[in-house]
Amino acid sequence: MKTAWIMALALLVTSAFAQPAATQTLINGAGATFPYPIYSKWFDEYTKVDPEVRFNYQSIGSGGGIKQVTARTVDFGATDGPMSDEQLKAAPSELLHIPTVLGAVVATYNLPNSPKLKFTGEVLADVFLGKITKWNDPKITALNAGVSLPDQPIVVVHRSDGSGTTYIFVDYLSKISSEWDKKVGRGTSVNWPVGLGGKGNEGVSGQVKNQPGALGYVELAYAVKNNLPVASVKNAADKFVTPSIASTTAAAAGAAKSMPDDFRVSLTNPPGDEAYPIASFTWLLVYRDQPNELKGRALAKFLWWMSHEGQKYADDLLYAPLPTPVVKQIEAKIKQITYQGKPLLAAR
Amino acid sequence: MTPGARRAVNVVMSWLAAAAAGLVVLPLLLILAFLLWQGVSAVNVDFFTHLPRPVGEVGGGMANAIVGTLILLVLAAALGLPVGILGGLYLAESRDRRLPWIARFLADVLNGVPSIVIGIFAYTIIVLPMRRFSALAGGFALAVIMLPIVVRTSEELVRLVPASLREAALALGIPQWKVLLRVVLPTARAGIITGVMVAIARVAGETAPLLFTAFGNRFWHQGLDQPIAALPLQIFAYAIAPYDDWHRQAWAGALVLIGLVFVVSFAARVVTSGRFTGVR
Amino acid sequence: MAVVAAVPRVEVQAAPRNLGDQVLRVVLRAAALTLVLLVLAMVVAMVHASWPAMRAFGWRFLVSSTWDPVAEQFGALPFVYGTLLSSLLALLIAVPLGIGAAIYLAELAPAWIRPPIAFLVELVAAVPSVIYGLWGIFVLAPLLRVWVQPVLGKTLGFLPLFQGPPYGIGMLAAGIILAIMVVPYITAVSREVLLAVPNTQREAALALGATRWETTRIAVLRYGRSGLVGAILLGLGRALGETMAVTMVIGNRPEVAISLFAPGYTMASVVANEFAEATSDLYLAALIEIGLLLFAVTVVVNALARLLVWSVGGPVKAIRE
Repeated sequence: MKTAWIMALALLVTSAFAQPAATQTLINGAGATFPYPIYSKWFDEYTKVDPEVRFNYQSIGSGGGIKQVTARTVDFGATDGPMSDEQLKAAPSELLHIPTVLGAVVATYNLPNSPKLKFTGEVLADVFLGKITKWNDPKITALNAGVSLPDQPIVVVHRSDGSGTTYIFVDYLSKISSEWDKKVGRGTSVNWPVGLGGKGNEGVSGQVKNQPGALGYVELAYAVKNNLPVASVKNAADKFVTPSIASTTAAAAGAAKSMPDDFRVSLTNPPGDEAYPIASFTWLLVYRDQPNELKGRALAKFLWWMSHEGQKYADDLLYAPLPTPVVKQIEAKIKQITYQGKPLLAAR
Repeated sequence: MTPGARRAVNVVMSWLAAAAAGLVVLPLLLILAFLLWQGVSAVNVDFFTHLPRPVGEVGGGMANAIVGTLILLVLAAALGLPVGILGGLYLAESRDRRLPWIARFLADVLNGVPSIVIGIFAYTIIVLPMRRFSALAGGFALAVIMLPIVVRTSEELVRLVPASLREAALALGIPQWKVLLRVVLPTARAGIITGVMVAIARVAGETAPLLFTAFGNRFWHQGLDQPIAALPLQIFAYAIAPYDDWHRQAWAGALVLIGLVFVVSFAARVVTSGRFTGVR
Repeated sequence: MAVVAAVPRVEVQAAPRNLGDQVLRVVLRAAALTLVLLVLAMVVAMVHASWPAMRAFGWRFLVSSTWDPVAEQFGALPFVYGTLLSSLLALLIAVPLGIGAAIYLAELAPAWIRPPIAFLVELVAAVPSVIYGLWGIFVLAPLLRVWVQPVLGKTLGFLPLFQGPPYGIGMLAAGIILAIMVVPYITAVSREVLLAVPNTQREAALALGATRWETTRIAVLRYGRSGLVGAILLGLGRALGETMAVTMVIGNRPEVAISLFAPGYTMASVVANEFAEATSDLYLAALIEIGLLLFAVTVVVNALARLLVWSVGGPVKAIRE
């Protein structure tokens, strides 16, 4: 009896140490929930491209991605809110922002019959400031003639964790509303005047789905995949634009031509008739000088695949692919990733 | 009050007390019923053998999370049991003046510490220096949670071993250390195993300390110094997400988790029933 | 107790006679020292890590309600308030139920029913927190939102406690889930306290012609009063530190609100939600300071509880769950 227990224990313990199949390199990353649907698709597909490598990505929010990659507890980070200069300085060595896809932050809500609603930036700011509290507020009904809005309180839902999605949203609100800019400001975690907190894009969409009368902001893919309605927002050209791959790509048109070298750019409230005003790039954060050659090379190869073959998965998941000029810039940047001074990716 | 009134009050209070007991137990039955109803449909072979699918896609399972939890438990036991049982033995046997008192007090303190605080501790002393999240960090956090339970149970069980047994062994000239290891401990074995199993059942369901230690893993474990999936973590992640398929899997995971906890608790009871500590 | 715990102290060994004894003595001491050092290390590590926040905010930390990561202004008041309110609400529900159930199990129930009920009560405590949270999100919250809160709002809505839109999740949901999780501890410890009351007390009351309930009330409850308070405090200690289930149903809003319908935030929840992503050192230090606060409060409450429980029947057996 005793020996049976000991053997069972030994079996379990050895299985813990056993490496499944061939020796695989595990690369750990953490960060944004915004692109999680496509990242998880990519990492799953990439196991077929390179069976020697496994990417383990945990969507804990952009704030978490920045923090953990700075602390070097993960090999790469992911964020939709670009790191500030102070944050970059605080990192032990130079961190690169590599754009992966474009996405849209949408206003999603839970109302009977899921009507198509229109919002302006000012109205959204007022709702999130707590100045507009009911669905049938005149400011909302003025924009949505023909839709019967209930006399119900708006249940505002925001992120409770450090979020790049939040960053994109409040970046937009700060540009539109000076009151928001003064009172709340920009950041991955802000001091929300009102609302419930949800953890991750998953948590916010979950809350909106469960809560009649809720209004929250999430990445487009989360709203659509969960059959939540999406609002159109008035852009800088005074046109109401529905978030979509096309309108997201239009938002990036200007930036694509004049992309800064470190890729940190804000796409909110851009010019252009077709542009959706709350769109953004999302970035992977990798160290220019990689500490581990095997992992560094695998990472660089993945980044190359991601910016080329990987882009074809974007459409299905409702993200906009990278504009071509940007891909060229990314190629140059990937070649700058080194291990002890030597570039990891051979000239391609 | 008339005797009749007093008898009536007695009956009423008895019923109220019974109702209270019923209400205490009711949520358990409700939850179990709900778990069975929602989870049973999602528990299939796939659930136990497949890895999670990419976000939004239906199907997949929690195989890695189940194995991950088992590995974490073994790790926690490996780290916590030696210190715990030896510590309990110390508290029961030692004739030192101050250390037993301090150790006992701190064990009680540790018992009441919220598990999230222990998670913070494990993050600062293991994850940060190691520069990575790992099964080790998770196992360490769980071991720290287990420690006070194992220590106090071991102490109590060792104390219960009758003095006559020890005296008989000592009278035969057996050195003290042999008496402790070959006579006292084996006699207390059943009770100690119960305590251990109770401790394991307790930490099997812990989520908070694993949030920033074990971290979670979408794939199979790759070694103890790497992040690892765990059942409670996966349930938490799926529960707060919006995907219906994930909700179903969360229920299934909850069913498996509670099954694990209950099986270990039952086993602990079986070990002690009829085999009370004392003379073998 | 003393008789059973007797270790043969017959040979007064000034020094161990052989190597085996010496080695064992060292090993055992090392184990105990490990335990001691572990707890001390925990305290030291947390104080050290929260020092930047303590230096920046001082005592204001405890009374300020601003939680603003952008402006790097941190105040713990909403979390302290949320923790206390949810725990208080939980105790309000759990204490009558728990002590009532303990009385039933220790005094009033027929002998055959005691073991299965006691066993079921222990099972309630064994259910992991995340499963309570799961049930809370999908069963309790909708129940509150659709049935309970509208009714409470209509009938008792004049009280500020029951005002505000019915979200389902919020302080009320958190309090109820906490109550469910804490009640088995109160029941188990109260039962042990009641069982520790000497039978002579009961016999005296019965000899005077008291009914079972009167016996319980006069002889047992009064005698075990301080122990019962201890059991309640133990339940409080558990409620204060509970993390997952509360995080899943409380709404995550760092604000001091009177209404039970409003969302809130607790110390444990904010750490669980924001720890992995505190991007600045001050932010992290503030969170760890909250963890330290939680640690201090639970230690004090538990110590007090233990003292009170022991005052009735002597040191209680090892706390199993």
